[in-house]
Amino acid sequence: MAKIRHLMAAAIALSFTGTAVASAEDIKMGALATLEGAFTVLGEDGMRGVKLALEEFDYTAGGKKIKLITGSSDASPDSAVRAVRKLVEQDGVQIVVGPLSGSEGLAVKDYAKTQPDVTFLNGSSAAQDTTLRSPAENFFRFNTEGAQWMAGLGEYAYNEKGYRSVAVLAEDYSFPYTQVFGFLEPFCRLGGKSPIDARFWVPIGNKDYSSVIAALPDDVDAIYVALGGADAVNFLTQYEQSGGDLPLIGGSITVDQSVLGSKGKARSFVVGTPSAGPVSDTWDDPRWKEFVAAYKAAFPDGFPSPSLFAHAYYINTKAALLALNEVNGDLSDGQKKYREALSNLSFETPTGMVSVDERRNAIADIFLTEVIEGPDGNLLNKTIKVIPQVNQTLGVSYEKFLEYGQVGRENPSCS
Amino acid sequence: MNSSRLFSGSFSLRELHPATIVTVVFLIAYPSFASNFFILQIGAYSLILGTIALSLMMLAGYGGMVSLAQLTVAGLAAYLMAILGDNSMGVMGLGWPWWLTVIVSVLGAALFSTFIGAVSVRTEGIYTIMITLAVAVAFFYFVRQNYVLFNGFTGFAGVEPPTLFGVYWRDPVPFYYLTLTVAAGFFFAVYYCARSTFGLGLQAIRDNPRRMRALGFNITLHRIVAYFFAGVIAGFAGVLLVWFNGRVSPGTIGVDVAIDILVIAVVGGMRHPIGPFIGAIAFVLLENFAIDLIDRERFNMVIGTAFLLVVLFSPDGLLGLWNRFRDRFRFRGNALLGAERVNKDDPASTGSLEKS
Repeated sequence: MAKIRHLMAAAIALSFTGTAVASAEDIKMGALATLEGAFTVLGEDGMRGVKLALEEFDYTAGGKKIKLITGSSDASPDSAVRAVRKLVEQDGVQIVVGPLSGSEGLAVKDYAKTQPDVTFLNGSSAAQDTTLRSPAENFFRFNTEGAQWMAGLGEYAYNEKGYRSVAVLAEDYSFPYTQVFGFLEPFCRLGGKSPIDARFWVPIGNKDYSSVIAALPDDVDAIYVALGGADAVNFLTQYEQSGGDLPLIGGSITVDQSVLGSKGKARSFVVGTPSAGPVSDTWDDPRWKEFVAAYKAAFPDGFPSPSLFAHAYYINTKAALLALNEVNGDLSDGQKKYREALSNLSFETPTGMVSVDERRNAIADIFLTEVIEGPDGNLLNKTIKVIPQVNQTLGVSYEKFLEYGQVGRENPSCS
Repeated sequence: MNSSRLFSGSFSLRELHPATIVTVVFLIAYPSFASNFFILQIGAYSLILGTIALSLMMLAGYGGMVSLAQLTVAGLAAYLMAILGDNSMGVMGLGWPWWLTVIVSVLGAALFSTFIGAVSVRTEGIYTIMITLAVAVAFFYFVRQNYVLFNGFTGFAGVEPPTLFGVYWRDPVPFYYLTLTVAAGFFFAVYYCARSTFGLGLQAIRDNPRRMRALGFNITLHRIVAYFFAGVIAGFAGVLLVWFNGRVSPGTIGVDVAIDILVIAVVGGMRHPIGPFIGAIAFVLLENFAIDLIDRERFNMVIGTAFLLVVLFSPDGLLGLWNRFRDRFRFRGNALLGAERVNKDDPASTGSLEKS
């Protein structure tokens, strides 16, 4: 029996030699996304974004070939850290792009602090504290996060729509907390109300919303819904069937193409729902149209239009490559020059100019949208307004913003 | 020399098989030539998963009770470490000294395991699996929705082992030796337990509970005590697991991971305590490197296929594969003996009781 261990030992020893395939001149880049589990489809679209950026640069930056190594997680923080540890410590990548979801981002940021010689760029994770509180020196986020994505929506709901009191329905984890905070903060500052007992938090993958629908108060003007994918479809269908008639306000992934493309009566019901996010499917701008065309040409089997995940991964990968060009592929001295180049980088993306603040979080344009029925009967998100250059502290100073406290189920209290 | 005598408990140092010595030397010398990644993520992680699977192997292999809740037990110990000790999330974190936290966490896990045993041991086969699965799922949803104690979906981060004797025990080499000590300790404990009166009694209950009851054994109590011991093993593994990850969240103890533990035990082999460790090494290597072998969209298929092949061609797992290969080699030409699966000379095998 012990001989098995002996054989395993030989196998392990052999596998040590398997890492030095790439030539010393190449730069190794690791990409981490959820290629298994509930968010697989989103992770695959994120990877499309990485490839799109690399193909645009012909897999060359700073005069060196880029070798891409992919890693996979299942959206749990543990698996993200395991996958990124393999990329860094075993495959020896010098730059990491990823991960995809909020809690993973927090875990990878903590890991980044233990690897000062590697530079990390976010994928699409959008939890606030990844960069706001105790950020890592070598973690950059060129995409905006969940609270920034809501920029302008609170004001719009209060001023234009005339809502004064809203109920909240959202999934129960860090990303929806961030979104709810981003929506309610300006809404309540203007005088809007959202009582704590009219906020409903459901687990991811919840199927039955009848108890939530029954408990919705009558005296609110609208429901703010921050659910994703199948959860959103399930809620909309059940709410429509139970005869609900309150207008909705949508989170960034609540009324995107994956929901609007679904069949059933819930469709007509969501027309007129305002929302906000980092991308707008129908933005009438040549830069965005060019991006969509390139995406469609490269991935005929992808989504009809790139999702915000493809968009975020694309921007972060492109930032990594542009900075490499700037320093001519020089990653010596613990990548000091490279990080300086990243910090000062400001570049044109399909959705406008992007740069990072002193905590290495993106400042970028946000789109305020509303669901309309298109000419061929499809539901679309019409761009109402572009809110230019939203920063992470939503316009106030860093110290003042920290006083708002950590995002959570009861922040802001707003009653 | 018959290598199975090594594990019979009646060997002298002179009888040690060279392969055993090579394995021991290899395991001790491993950090001197392996990279940090291989020490920590392959070595230490395999040992931790192997230890959790060992607690399942002890219940299933010797006691005939397949429990899907062993990871849940380990997870409770991990959560207790974060709740009673220190964490960086600002929820709970009572800041007890590390040694007290470890003791209470392991004991808490063992009591939880005893409780699971108490509600499930009167059932057999598929019903035991169903009850323990129900416990695992209930605990998963409970920690995910409880914010006061378990901090819900996010769980806890920033759980660290202490700095002791000037050594930070989370550094790769010290942590590897820590897990190796714990794993080896439990390996030998289970190994000798199988030869003890208690272990023999457990195997006898597995093979014929009615006869054992007629002989005056309290078989329910016997099985519950087995759950307690398995809980101690899983509890220690849970402590190591939370130190290894630095964090614990509902995803750590999800049903998919609980099934992984079962896969590790089955693929490794349930007949000898070395099986779970072999299974864990195979699992961790595949989990880490399958993505390099094949298109990234299909790497889970490689993992699945490999395990399917093992189970298809050897119901006893990798361990059985090796035994079969050895028998065929030794008795080449003797088809009857070569096909004889139960090795009567091996005290840990299913046929062992005929000898006693």
